[in-house]
Amino acid sequence: MSAYIARSSAVAARKLGSDMIIMSARDSSLFDLNDVGCVIWEAADGVTPLDEIVRNVVCAEFDVAPEEALQDARELVREMASFGIMVVSDQPIAPEAQ
Amino acid sequence: MYADAATPEKVDVRPLAPRDAAQSYALVVDIGAMPVLVRTTSPEFLQILHLRYGGFVNSAAQPVFELDVEIVPPGPITDEEDLSVRFEGGRWVLERGDFHAELDPALQRGRIRQSANPYAIDAAFRILHSLLLVKEGGLLIHAASAVRNGRAFLFAGLSGAGKTTISSLAPSDATLLTDEISYVRPRGAGYAAFGTPFAGELARPGENVSAPLAAIYLLAQGPENRIDPLSVPDAAWELLQSVLFFANDPAPAGRAFESACDLVRRVPVHRLTFVPDQRVWDLVV
Repeated sequence: MSAYIARSSAVAARKLGSDMIIMSARDSSLFDLNDVGCVIWEAADGVTPLDEIVRNVVCAEFDVAPEEALQDARELVREMASFGIMVVSDQPIAPEAQ
Repeated sequence: MYADAATPEKVDVRPLAPRDAAQSYALVVDIGAMPVLVRTTSPEFLQILHLRYGGFVNSAAQPVFELDVEIVPPGPITDEEDLSVRFEGGRWVLERGDFHAELDPALQRGRIRQSANPYAIDAAFRILHSLLLVKEGGLLIHAASAVRNGRAFLFAGLSGAGKTTISSLAPSDATLLTDEISYVRPRGAGYAAFGTPFAGELARPGENVSAPLAAIYLLAQGPENRIDPLSVPDAAWELLQSVLFFANDPAPAGRAFESACDLVRRVPVHRLTFVPDQRVWDLVV
């Protein structure tokens, strides 16, 4: 089953160079995403499935096998969700739920 | 005792009309060109304020915020041991064991209940200024700063990085703005750094002056004096660790984050590695 991902509304984020710096407004903790994490973050609109993001965006921009990319993306998304900066669901995510 | 230590010969105050049958006094503490009028009925507390903020008292300044201080006998004011800052009913509520304060940003007024000591109002001032600054893109940063040749330099780092050391090594032609809490506001296309009375281990308030911010140095101690460039993401990542913001409220915290990101894009940020001797200041020009 595909996962849907959305950026939490309780964060502030800024792209600086190829990095994405994110601050959780909940506890002011900071996160730094590399270039791959950055494209996943920007594509996390709540309605595009993660496997589609990996196939159409990550694999299009980076030289990586789709299966490996999807596995890495799932791990990254799981980690971001554990810190409360990403919302993950098996259904499309409405903006008010982000 | 602060009352005993006070020298009453010259106190810059504004006598006010009686309030609640008690004589009130006020003075304006002008930090970062953000004057705050403090009103109290306690002459003893007035002396404490004057001693603590002497170089920053400017009763001719037009206040941007007014703070009424209710002095109560020494002892716990609230059950909160750690500092708590929250937004409730349109007001910022600040609590620590030794004070309770409520700040109304819409009315630009607040009140604080505390005993007659300088520490509680000093903490309240830091929080108030962080809230005032964030509205206009400014920041309080855990950093030393100084002015040299008309330009300000900021030295950021966590505890132990060397803020006090580099401040104590400053040559005579450098004016110390602070060894602990730096005050940065947008000015024109860049930023300006202001002196603050918020002292660290030097136990000496900064000078009440300001200058354009020329560079930010992230401190590290090492075997030689050297300056290394930092990428913008690395600069943002490190500087954000030193930005002071006390409220866990998404809106102002997000604005502080944005302000820090803007700052590192507009002001050069370098790593300054130094050995603890005065030659490091040869690099700061």
